[in-house]
Amino acid sequence: MASPPAPPSPRLARGPAVAFEGVGKLYGRVKAIDHVSATILPSTFIAIVGSSGSGKSTLLKAVNRLVEPDTGTVRIDGRDVTQHEPHALRRSIGYVFQNVGLFPHMTVAQNIGIGSRIASRKPLATERVEDLLDLVDLPRDFATRLPEQLSGGQQQRVGVARALAGEPGLMLMDEPFGALDPVTRETLGEQYRALHERLGLTTIMVTHDMAEALLFADRIWVMAAGQIVADATPAELIAGGCGPEAEALVAVPRLQAERITAMRAAGTAT
Amino acid sequence: MNQDWPRILDLLAQHVQLSFAALGLALVIALPLAIWSARNRTVAGVTLGFASLIQTIPALALLALFFPLLLALSAIFGDAISPLGFLPSLLALTLYALLPILRNAVTGLQSVEPAMVEAADGVGMTPLQKLWLVEAPLASPTIMAGVRTAAVWTIGAATLSTTVGQPSLGDLIFAGLQTQNWSLVLAGCLAAAGLAISVDLLLGLIESGIRWRKHLRIWMAGIALALGLGAALWPAPSSDRPVVTIGAKRFSEQYILARLIGRRLEAAGYAVRYREGLGSAVVFRALATDEVQVYVDYAGTIWTNEMQRQDPEPRAEMIAEIARWASDQHGVRLIGPLGFENTYAFAVRPDDAKRLQLRSLDDIVRVAPDFVFGTDVEFLERPEWQMVQAAYPLRFKGRRAFEPTFMYRALSLGEADIISAFSSDGRIAANGFVVLDDPKGAIPAYDAILMVSRSAARDARLVEALKPLVGAIPVEKMREANYRVDRDADKQSPADSAAWLDQALSGSTQGNIR
Repeated sequence: MASPPAPPSPRLARGPAVAFEGVGKLYGRVKAIDHVSATILPSTFIAIVGSSGSGKSTLLKAVNRLVEPDTGTVRIDGRDVTQHEPHALRRSIGYVFQNVGLFPHMTVAQNIGIGSRIASRKPLATERVEDLLDLVDLPRDFATRLPEQLSGGQQQRVGVARALAGEPGLMLMDEPFGALDPVTRETLGEQYRALHERLGLTTIMVTHDMAEALLFADRIWVMAAGQIVADATPAELIAGGCGPEAEALVAVPRLQAERITAMRAAGTAT
Repeated sequence: MNQDWPRILDLLAQHVQLSFAALGLALVIALPLAIWSARNRTVAGVTLGFASLIQTIPALALLALFFPLLLALSAIFGDAISPLGFLPSLLALTLYALLPILRNAVTGLQSVEPAMVEAADGVGMTPLQKLWLVEAPLASPTIMAGVRTAAVWTIGAATLSTTVGQPSLGDLIFAGLQTQNWSLVLAGCLAAAGLAISVDLLLGLIESGIRWRKHLRIWMAGIALALGLGAALWPAPSSDRPVVTIGAKRFSEQYILARLIGRRLEAAGYAVRYREGLGSAVVFRALATDEVQVYVDYAGTIWTNEMQRQDPEPRAEMIAEIARWASDQHGVRLIGPLGFENTYAFAVRPDDAKRLQLRSLDDIVRVAPDFVFGTDVEFLERPEWQMVQAAYPLRFKGRRAFEPTFMYRALSLGEADIISAFSSDGRIAANGFVVLDDPKGAIPAYDAILMVSRSAARDARLVEALKPLVGAIPVEKMREANYRVDRDADKQSPADSAAWLDQALSGSTQGNIR
């Protein structure tokens, strides 16, 4: 991706474009991703959905090289990701995943500041930590707490703050809210979508929850057997005609919504 | 008994130095190996397999095995490598400490959660940063538990380094065991146990400090350990008098003679230090390399063990030849014989001797099929036994090996019918045992001979201080002195017995070589 903008104000950050060019990855004889070619426009929120084993996580991790593809190229703003050292590349990309992965032996502030510590050996300034805590809607005095003293939702908020600390333009999220209860998940999803807009980020989020994808993403990629079988806006997906896999996935929340509506109608009728 | 505290403190300091050095070296070797092993299954198999294999070797044997190895190395590299003392002890203890550190460190590193590794990679850590900032801190409680185990083992096993000539708290234990001085054994054991427990507690503090992120705790325990090591390394208040190291093998007579020599040298103005409990082969090497300056050996031992001779010679010629050989080959000087002999003496109970008319080894040939032969632990492996067998066709009903103390008891209790006793041992006369003649002269002469190292031989004043001991100790006096230490009731310490012997000698006339 491009280097962070000169005045380090998150408002000016602009998400980069991301392109997959014939990207393939084999695990033994199984094609985890099968020559995927697709592009993401700058500052877009992409959700990748699909059943387990469809290759969505593998595709996401090819971007920050946690997975090295066997074939093809991933480009960020036109630049091949393999031109960077893996650790240098990852420092410029925000990464949030389901297990959160906060370091249990470090305080919240140290976790948020880890990027600064490993890149420049300097701890992150207190004001900056406080800004980031504000950003993810956590009290400032959480800075001195240890991860084990936080709830699951609070931990993932710290995870998001840690990912944002390096002022990345691109955020990779691998089922970020998957382990949270539905209410927390909804709130965090909403708030993250707002942050995405405000900071002008490019976000790629892997999720198994179609409702989440429909509600927060600009475009949705449906994956099956290592390929993108549908690339559409939420509206287009709901309208139908995007193929059987997409239909099957959309059917679930649609059916739930219809049943809930029906129940409510029945409730008001009596 | 009156323990001399400076000596115990000195041994404690040496013990601390040795075990800390071994533990430190083991850490330096084991931690990188553990990092490598945690990342590579094949390497883990090899390193853990090797460490486990080492662990199956008894510590005493491991120490002993380094002697021939280092002896060979010292033949190549010269005096820089000593096959005795600190180096073999350090190497053996280090090898011994590897397993617990290695195994715990590998387990600790491998059990770091995959999510932690993914997070470390995800935020852009280099492999080294990941190791240092994430894997090492998360594995450290497990690693510290391994270090604690290793520390306790090392401090315990370091007592065994006495046998290869490294001073340690084992000196007290081995000396106490040989002279049945249980308070000395207890002192050595308690000091070693106390040291092990203190170190374990301090390391435990560091471990809990790491686990609960209490930095103060880590610092305090670390400082306490550093202070302990510092105190151990602090040079002992060096006296302005020259220090002479006196060696002794592992039995009462040797402890007493070492103290007797010590008294004479102290009277002549020298400061003395004792290295006791050394093995037969070890003590002569220590003299040859000038690590020990004075000790008493026995003519037959040098003749058969060191010179590899099996042909008995008249004792005067034998001693002259030993003196020549020692001087030519090792620069060691034989000052002279002390005047008594401590040879292998075959002894039987008085009632058997009377009933069966046993006077010499020839008579034993007749009764051997009904007799159980009791020996000390090494006799059956020694060349003297070959020589005796060559002269007398002895076929015993059975053989049993004992520690010397229990060998005499076994004879009086009927557990053995004939024993390979030591002729200067006071317990022969005290029990009324009958010593058998050796009409064929199969056993070489075992005159006690006073030997000094190269550096001591050049010190005319030291040699003059020792000369009065030559030919001065009749076997009766030596037996009495030995018995004072070995008897069951009213035991004396070797130092007290040496004081008695010193007194007794100055009363008697000199120069009565048998």
